[in-house]
Parts: sequence; structure tokens; C-alpha cells
Amino acid sequence: MNWSWIPRNLDRVAELTVQHLWLALLPVLLGLIVALPLAWLATRARVIRTVLITVTGLLYTVPSLALIVMLPLVLGIGILNPLNVVVALTIYTVALLVRSIADALDAVPQAVVAAATAMGYTPLRRFVAVELPLAVPVTVAGLRVAAVSNMSLVTVGAIVGLGGLGALFTDGFQRDIPAEILTGIVLVLVLALLVDVALLAIGRAVTPWTRAGAGARA
Amino acid sequence: MIEFRGVTKRFPDGTVAVDELDLTVTDGGITVFVGPSGCGKTTSLRMINRMIEPSGGTIEIDGTDVMSGDAAHLRRGIGYVIQQAGLFPHRTILDNIATVPMLLGWSRAKARSRAGELMEIVGLAPEMAKRYPSQLSGGQQQRVGVARALAADPPILLMDEPFSAVDPVVRESLQDELLRLQAELSKTIVFVTHDIDEAVKLGDKVAVFRTGGVLAQYDEPGHLLARPADDFVDGFVGRDRGYRGLGFLSADGLPLGALETVRLGSPAPSGDWTLVVDDADRPQGWLAGRDRTDGAPVTAEHLVPGGSLYDVTSGSLRSALDAALSSPSGRGVAVDADGRVVGSIGADDVLAALATARAAA
Repeated sequence: MNWSWIPRNLDRVAELTVQHLWLALLPVLLGLIVALPLAWLATRARVIRTVLITVTGLLYTVPSLALIVMLPLVLGIGILNPLNVVVALTIYTVALLVRSIADALDAVPQAVVAAATAMGYTPLRRFVAVELPLAVPVTVAGLRVAAVSNMSLVTVGAIVGLGGLGALFTDGFQRDIPAEILTGIVLVLVLALLVDVALLAIGRAVTPWTRAGAGARA
Repeated sequence: MIEFRGVTKRFPDGTVAVDELDLTVTDGGITVFVGPSGCGKTTSLRMINRMIEPSGGTIEIDGTDVMSGDAAHLRRGIGYVIQQAGLFPHRTILDNIATVPMLLGWSRAKARSRAGELMEIVGLAPEMAKRYPSQLSGGQQQRVGVARALAADPPILLMDEPFSAVDPVVRESLQDELLRLQAELSKTIVFVTHDIDEAVKLGDKVAVFRTGGVLAQYDEPGHLLARPADDFVDGFVGRDRGYRGLGFLSADGLPLGALETVRLGSPAPSGDWTLVVDDADRPQGWLAGRDRTDGAPVTAEHLVPGGSLYDVTSGSLRSALDAALSSPSGRGVAVDADGRVVGSIGADDVLAALATARAAA
């Protein structure tokens, strides 16, 4: 294998890495922003919940390649527009998060919600100050799955010329440069791992109560 | 003053939880709603702060219909203690207690300093402030729940089966604590329980509900035990109500008999039963005639344990009778507030006093 490809293309690899991170992580953020109100809606009424969970569940089963090829038609934008990848991955993120956040909100103890209401929280303020914080551990777990899965899904975009590090796969195959393909695989894995660890650390930092042991009981 | 006028709660499925309830909760006392499950006591409580909204009738607090204003605003002015405390797991004890002051727009510093004061009032050690609810025992959590309800100094406190999830020993200490707090704070407290003993112990007035949300009797606990309105109340009040009712009759004026005592370490006198006391005249136990040491000093191993003590400053006929019945000599020991022996009491004297009280009533 010819390893000299790597030092000669460092600039290109760096550029693709940055693009890859954007394409994978921006949808995680957007997906969270969309999923939160949807999950809240899902906890309001059983009918809404059934519809939302079914629809988002179906969306998740749409093959990623098909979605990325079809979206330009639906959105009316060029096939090379980065928005295609961002929207596709946002849809997957929403599909993943709505169900888990809705479950997490349902798992908030009834006594806690009732106490918050009785203290004089308005429903919106109660959601933000009490229910949402208590749903954070499960939400972060969902975000980690979404972020890692997006890291690998981005590469599918390379088929339509927009795949971050996925471009190393298509280019490497066409020009038969194994070192290029290998570089792409290793970098995607490393990025996925780093993002996962970062999210885990953030999750722990914002939920100190989950680690407060019951050892101090008297 | 909280006034229920013809209040009805009908749920969407048609069940009537509360049926035409008329009831007035007076200021500055503990009013207990008690009854079997499904009797509407919790629904009635929750309608006061609109956690549940009535389907008919009105509830007024000091003349203002609770339905007239904003619900969240109303609730911030009414303390609420829920079953199993319902503390916020993600907030420290201090911030849990500071909840309502923060909602009322106090500064964080002022709210937290008020929370600190409340921890002291309900008897929580200052080092608990930074802990999370999961690190506290059930009894401690319930104290936090009471502190949180009192934080903004509301005139009304609603307590929804607050002590039902803790073990009997802790429950009793929480009840005593509540009575101590209430003696200082004089809040208007509405307390829901399914436990008639708790109701009778805590209530200045007790409202007994029957299944279907009908008020069966609303009375002082002593009257409830002495004169239940009907068979339902009689059955609900339970066994031994005659004996428990003695707890609400003052033992003032009960004649005390003389009592022979001997100091620990002094020579034993002759006689059948002699009460042994320490240097401060506090009872230590009884010396039986058969264990007589014939003039040798009385030591601790000679003693037969005594029964309950009757405190002449605060005792009821129940404590007087129990002192007599539980004493090995048949004579109950009467003590003053400092625990010094002041005389003896016989079961006959208590029954005679009871007959006098009945004749006067």
C-alpha cells in the first residue's frame, strides 16, 4: 500500500473532516430542536403520541440513499446543495429522539409533576424547569446514538458528491488508492468515538444529581 | 377561612367523587379530611388550590372564589405537601425549598437564605443543604417537603397524606413535629389521611367522608369518638373508641392519692408495694413486698419496672387511666412537668371523674 498519499493530501483531508463534522452534527442540533416540542406534544394526548411515534418510526426506515436522492425533488433545491444531507440526517435524528424523549418525559414521577404544579409552576415553565431536566439523561443517550449514526450516514452523501470524509471512499475506489479509503474509515471511527465521549461528558456535567449516591441515608 | 359551598366533582367517566359538599375550614387550626379510599377527601383538598377543578358549587378563600383568578398565582400563595414528598430529584435540598420564593421573583440569594432558615425550623442539619433528595431518608425528605411548602410563608397549608409512606416510628415523630410547628406558626392546615388515629391525633376538627364523596360527620375529635353520627362513622372510628375518647377529656381536678416512696440506696420500708425514686424524686420502679430486703438498701436489681406516667400538668383521663392500669401495684404514678412524683391515681378515681364529666355534659 502506498502510504505517501496521506502526507500529500493532508489539506484535503482536513477540509473534508471539517465538512464531515458540520454535516453530521448540525442535524443533531436541529433534530433536538425539532424533537423537543414534538415529544412534549406526544405526552399531551395518546392520539398525538401514536401518530408521532408511528410517523417518525416509518421515516427512520426510509433508506438513507433513497432519502438523499429524493430530497432535492421534495425541497426543490439542487442535488449538490448541502441542505439535502442536513435535512436527511435531521429527519433521522428527529425519528430517533422523539420516542426516547417522550418516554423520558412520561417517566418523570407523577408526584414530582403534581408537586411542581401545586407550587405554582405554569405548564410551560414546569416543562422547562422540571420535566425537561429530568429527561436529560435519556435525551443525551438518544443524542449519542444519533450523533454516532450520523457520523457514518454522512458518508452516503458522497454518492451525490457531498459526503465529508465519504468522498475519500468514492475517490479511493475510483482511483484505486487503498490508503485513501483506509484514512476515511479510520477518521470516521475516530470522530464518532470523540463525539460520543464529548456528549457523554457534557451529559454527566449537567446531571450531577444522577451520581449522588444513596450512601448518605440516615 | 376556606368555605366549600355545594361543591361537586363529577369526573368525565361519570363517577361522582365529591357530592354537594358544604364545609367551613376555620383559620389557624388543623382540619383533617379522613375516610376510606374513594371517599373524595383528596379530591376535596385538591380543589382548594385548583389541582382539580370543581364541576359545581364554589370554594372561597377569605371570601374570594378560587376560580376567579389565575391558577398558578393562587397556588403560589398556598403551601402544598404531597405524598412521598414529591421533591425535585435534580435540585439540591436548599433549591427545592427555595422553589416558591424563586417563582415569586425573589432574588436567588434571598430565596436561598430563607430556605436555610426553614431547614432549621423543620430540624434539618445545615450540611443537608447541598445534598440531593435521593441522598435523604424518607422522613428527611418529608421534612424537606414541609419546609418547601412553608418557604413563602403562606397562610394556608394543604397536606395530602404526607406521612403515609414512612414507617410508624418516623410517622409519629413527624406528627409531633407538625404539632410543634403548628403551635408556633398557627397556619390554616387542611390535612388528608386515611388513618383515623392520625386524624384524631392531629385534627382540631375532623371531617369524616364516606364513599361517594359525602360528608358523614364534621366535628372535634373528642366528639367524634364520643358521639359518632351514624354506624358508618362508628365503624370507621374503629375499636376502643370509648377508651381513646378519654384522651380528649381533661384530667383536671382528678384527686391524687398519697404514695409511699423510697430513695434508691435507702433502707427498704415495710409494706406491700413501694415506689422507688431517685434523688430528684423521679420514679425508677416499684419494690414488691415479696422482694423486701428487710432494711437493707434498695438497689436497682430489686425493682419491678413501672407503668406509664400520668403528667398532672397536661394529662388526659386516658393517660391517667393507663397509668393506673399499667402500674404493677395498681396505683398509677402522677408526676409534675419535671417528672417528679406528686401522688398516685387509681382506676376507680378515673372512672368516677368520667361519670362526673358525663353528668355535666
